[in-house]
Amino acid sequence: MPSNLTWSVIAFIVLIIICTIFYHGFLSLKWNTNTGGLAGPLITMIQESARYLMIAAGMTLVISTAGIDLSVGSTMAVAGAVAMQMLIGGANVWVAILCALLVGLLIGCVNGALVSILGLQPFITTLIMMLAGRGLAKVITSGQNADASSIPGVAPLHWIANGFIFGIPANFIIAVIIVLIVGLLARKTAMGMMIESVGINPEASRMTGIKPRRILFMVYAISGLLAAVAGLFATASVMRVDVVKTGQDLEMYAILAVVIGGTSLLGGKFSLLGSAFGAIIIAMIRKTIITLGIDAAATPAFFAVVVIIVCVMQAPKVHNLSAEIKRKKALKAQSKEVAA
Amino acid sequence: MSNATANAVAGKKIVKKSRHLDPQMIPTIAAVVIFILMLIMGQVLFGTYIRLGFISSLFIDHSYLIILAMAMTLPVLTGGIDLSVGAIVSITSVVGVKMTIAGVPAPLAMVVMILIGMVFGLLAETLIEEFNMQPFIATLSTMFLARGISSIISTDSLTLPSNNNFDWIANPIKIIDNPKIANDLTFNMGVVIAIVVVVFGYILLHKTRTGRTIYAIGGSRPSAELMGLPVKRTQFIIYFTSATLASIASIVYTANIGSAKNTTGVGWELDAVASVVIGGTIVTGGFGYVLGSVIGALVRSTIDPLTSDFGVPAEWTTIVVGLMILVFVVLQHVVTAFNKKE
Repeated sequence: MPSNLTWSVIAFIVLIIICTIFYHGFLSLKWNTNTGGLAGPLITMIQESARYLMIAAGMTLVISTAGIDLSVGSTMAVAGAVAMQMLIGGANVWVAILCALLVGLLIGCVNGALVSILGLQPFITTLIMMLAGRGLAKVITSGQNADASSIPGVAPLHWIANGFIFGIPANFIIAVIIVLIVGLLARKTAMGMMIESVGINPEASRMTGIKPRRILFMVYAISGLLAAVAGLFATASVMRVDVVKTGQDLEMYAILAVVIGGTSLLGGKFSLLGSAFGAIIIAMIRKTIITLGIDAAATPAFFAVVVIIVCVMQAPKVHNLSAEIKRKKALKAQSKEVAA
Repeated sequence: MSNATANAVAGKKIVKKSRHLDPQMIPTIAAVVIFILMLIMGQVLFGTYIRLGFISSLFIDHSYLIILAMAMTLPVLTGGIDLSVGAIVSITSVVGVKMTIAGVPAPLAMVVMILIGMVFGLLAETLIEEFNMQPFIATLSTMFLARGISSIISTDSLTLPSNNNFDWIANPIKIIDNPKIANDLTFNMGVVIAIVVVVFGYILLHKTRTGRTIYAIGGSRPSAELMGLPVKRTQFIIYFTSATLASIASIVYTANIGSAKNTTGVGWELDAVASVVIGGTIVTGGFGYVLGSVIGALVRSTIDPLTSDFGVPAEWTTIVVGLMILVFVVLQHVVTAFNKKE
């Protein structure tokens, strides 16, 4: 059976072909001497995918413990609001970045504490955080869309989102490095296995000596931190935070990336590589929507349809059906052989 | 012997007492107390809360929330959730107003609105029961679908034409006509619809077999299945009813406001969850009251005027509501854990 990765690559290629048919220059790459990097539709797609890579990686870990983090989009807005507001207030750019990351980590820790120590349901906890976080972002900027683009000395943050390393977008490289670090931590240590075992059965994993509470706390904290990084990517590209629109609907994209990557929503197994591909596919789908000239307002409906299709395809009923068809085919072949 | 009798009497007393003060009632009682305290506090500090006019506008302006809270009670009782209610309000109100502007008679538009709600309920139910999706994922995707479609239809603010047939829902009906407007006792058909929905919910949950099955699913779904209860059919009724009630809430809201926009109803799913949770329904399912959700909706509605009278910026409202849900969820958690120990 072809794995989810194969499907992702096929979907990616199909989307590129569709885009190229509608816009012939889609695959063209040019060297832009002003920015010192490559330019072209694919490059902007990769630039946008960096934020999806971050939230998808965090969401993968959370979902594999049979939880969910609906607050990633709001965390992005809060982190962006902190950074922008501090820059406007005259803070050093590195201090602002650090504070934004800390606030994201803090939100993740609050989620983690409520889920692990109090044992609240993840979706209720993070749903509250999703709404409260949006309120928090508004409180931080006093309801305004904070704009730090005219503040001097913000160049490092601007570079993170828009700069290039060897011609490749810097934020994409940073995102890939972070995903690699998370992947190494998960797969080269016992952490990944522990996360999966908590997702399968927290009680049984407790009996084998794993501390499920610590693991749960950790995955939500990581998710919050990575969402803050995504928030910096999203706001630094325009040096402006939109307290309503920054990170809006992104929890859905993150869930979709994880589902496309083959991580079961019931927890117990995860594939970071799959989710990373999923994140790039999300960026590609968005690019396709723009290239085809479909109204931006239609995007959520479009993604909802994709989620429904992917989830239905993963459903046991459909699996059983395909298995049944295979079995019948095998039986037919067998009876033919017998007849022969 | 007398000792034994005394023990028996004491035992009886304890049984009576524990039945009288079920610990699981505590969150609901807390909600009632909080509601009364909020009104008293508002009255003492601002002098405008314990007035017939305030009570009237509380019910008239928030009849939609009472209906939504009712809708949300059903899935939450089974440990599920319906995140699509706000988006269903959005799509149905946009379609309804658009149709009325195009000259379609209002009753027909209302029927179409309810039908749209039903379709989304059916879709969510199919995804949950036939394809084993978790309720919050399934309703999250129907939420995005509904909001996306409503954004495709229109991103403008649409206003109902004057003299439309939505008016009969919104027109105020005065019971007590005071010289001071603040002391008028008024209601409108929207409030009546909300009351009808609450009565319907009360009968469905507390007086019918379906209602008992809903509580049984919330208690333990495998046990309910083993007992031979029609779990699948009941799940169908739950998500179908909640989506249909959401479209009824949309009719009431649209009639009251007189306009519709694709962003209508953003975050209402949380308001509905807040009402249900504050009203004492346990988020893991199996325990809760219809009337508790009504109290919860009233508490949630009183937060808005109270925070604005205190001069708290509107941005804080969502944080306050979030904290309030959190406190009640934790309270429930403690009560449930305490019950299990006993």
